[in-house]
Amino acid sequence: MSEPTTKKTAGAFDIRYIIGGLLGFYGVVLVVVGLFFTSEEDLAKGDGFHVNLWTGIALLVTSAIFAAWARWRPIIVEES
Amino acid sequence: MIAADSTFRLDANFVDYLIVVAYFAVVLGIGLLARRQVSSSIDFFLSGRSLPAWVTGLAFVAANLGAVEIMGMSANGAQYGMATAHYFWVGAVPAMLFLGVVMMPFYYGSGVRSVPEFMRKRFGTGAHLVNALSFAIAQLLIAGINLFLLATIVNRLLGWSLWVSLVVAAAIVLSYTALGGLSAAIYNEVLQFFVIVAALVPLTTIALHKVGGWDGIREQIQPGPEQLSSWPGTDLTGIDNPFWSVVGIVFGLGFVLSFGYWTTNFVEVQRAMAADSISAARRTPIIGAFPKMFIPFVVIIPGMIAAIIVPELAALKGGDAVEGVTYNDAILLLMRDLLPNGMLGIAIAGLLASFMAGMAANISAFNTVFSYDLWQQYAVKDREDSYYTKVGRLATVAATVVAIGTAFIASNYSNLMDYLQTLFGFFNAPLFATFILGMFWKRMTPTAGWTGLVSGTLAAIVVAILSQDALGGLSLGVLPFSGQGASFAAAGAAFVVDIAVSVAVTFVTAPKPEKQLVGLVYSLTPKESLTDPDQASLPWYQSPVKLAGIALVIVIIFNVIF
Repeated sequence: MSEPTTKKTAGAFDIRYIIGGLLGFYGVVLVVVGLFFTSEEDLAKGDGFHVNLWTGIALLVTSAIFAAWARWRPIIVEES
Repeated sequence: MIAADSTFRLDANFVDYLIVVAYFAVVLGIGLLARRQVSSSIDFFLSGRSLPAWVTGLAFVAANLGAVEIMGMSANGAQYGMATAHYFWVGAVPAMLFLGVVMMPFYYGSGVRSVPEFMRKRFGTGAHLVNALSFAIAQLLIAGINLFLLATIVNRLLGWSLWVSLVVAAAIVLSYTALGGLSAAIYNEVLQFFVIVAALVPLTTIALHKVGGWDGIREQIQPGPEQLSSWPGTDLTGIDNPFWSVVGIVFGLGFVLSFGYWTTNFVEVQRAMAADSISAARRTPIIGAFPKMFIPFVVIIPGMIAAIIVPELAALKGGDAVEGVTYNDAILLLMRDLLPNGMLGIAIAGLLASFMAGMAANISAFNTVFSYDLWQQYAVKDREDSYYTKVGRLATVAATVVAIGTAFIASNYSNLMDYLQTLFGFFNAPLFATFILGMFWKRMTPTAGWTGLVSGTLAAIVVAILSQDALGGLSLGVLPFSGQGASFAAAGAAFVVDIAVSVAVTFVTAPKPEKQLVGLVYSLTPKESLTDPDQASLPWYQSPVKLAGIALVIVIIFNVIF
């Protein structure tokens, strides 16, 4: 280890941002579909549950947790 | 062969396709980025130094959370009920913990990176050749299963015939492997894990609600409530006597098959080796054990419910022939009946992702073993590196083409778990016997290494041929085993014969000098290289042994409840 090493965070490459981003996008799509495009037929299919709406909200919460985690404990990469 | 045109469809719409496309955009984006960046950036994705144990732990489970887990286990749940949970609580978790606690320090300490490599160092080229060949063949057959399931989804979505679906699915995987490459594999596996969970948890919740909760299952499940308890699992094993059924599960599945699979499978062990320290490597399978033990609840239970509330499956379970529907369709049918558009897209994206990742893992493992363990070692030695890279690329294409063929073999099985467990009996059970004997018995000779492997595999094939149906039409029905009991029996036979032959051959052939076995045999390896110097200073949640203890307690509780 004679070479000097520089430390930096993985930044946007941090897998938690990517997971959070994709799940967040899915969350937004589902919430929009759930709020504005849910037919009676869809509701009956899900046995009365607002499946899209609730899953969408859960995905948004998960996404926020990943983003918060990635901010709180960034991955440090050493580069030689 | 399944008549592809006379089957059901999933009614996906624009939103569903948007969600699926978004997934592939992210995955391919990762692949392209990984390519463009210099090597230090690939470290961002993969490097053992930067990847924490939770990532490798999830990748460890996700690498295995492919077609087999989701379609196969839900098919099993639909057919056999709760007994399927043995594949998780008996057939996976104990072996994963054993890998983390006992074997991982040994793998890590001995500096061996792959299973064929261990075989070559421990036993020389005979066992290495046998192992590399059988591993390569197994990967092609398993890739066929993944491809078949992938094509099934394409078929259900778009209505193309199975042939066209297979070729298109193979082409997609090929380009995905070429673009994403091995470097992004672990990354994608973790991503895929969360998408799958996001799909399965809501599906299970709605299904449970619809059927009337656990009580609803109890009242309606066919043929009766014995499907709700996992022991003694006579339906699953096909062994009528409860005592022998339990023996089959504990010895055949719990010991031989699962330890063989989890502790020697190149694809799995490699994930753990990517961790940054010996304790992170040990934690990898142990962390993986926690999600693993909860997966049954979102895979088996939906399968069981599907057999109640989906009319076609209920009829199939009742003994009627239903055209175009098999148990393997349980999850797809449930998705069709329960999920509204939007949620459906997430479920489809999750399934496509996991089957592709599964097949990509098989193909790239094949290509590594083929080009370095087989071609470089035995066919064309001492060429420049780019030559072997080219061989690897050709092997990838060839493997994809072969997988289309093996997909048709897979399509002949109405329950893919039967088929897969039979394959594991052939390939993994003898490997585990040789591995464990070679690790703990320094006298075991190189000749014993390869003769044990060959005779173990032959023994498993003989049992499979003599059984009722383990090899489909090839089976003669001399022995009273059917279903997965036959593969447990084949695996047990492989293990016993392998050990017996290895011991017998060892006594008449010459062992390797002890000096060459340092780091490969337990008694000849210094204890310091097996333990982590920082072990004592780690907090409890980072201590492999304590984590493993917690996991074991939870699994025992599950076994008592169900």
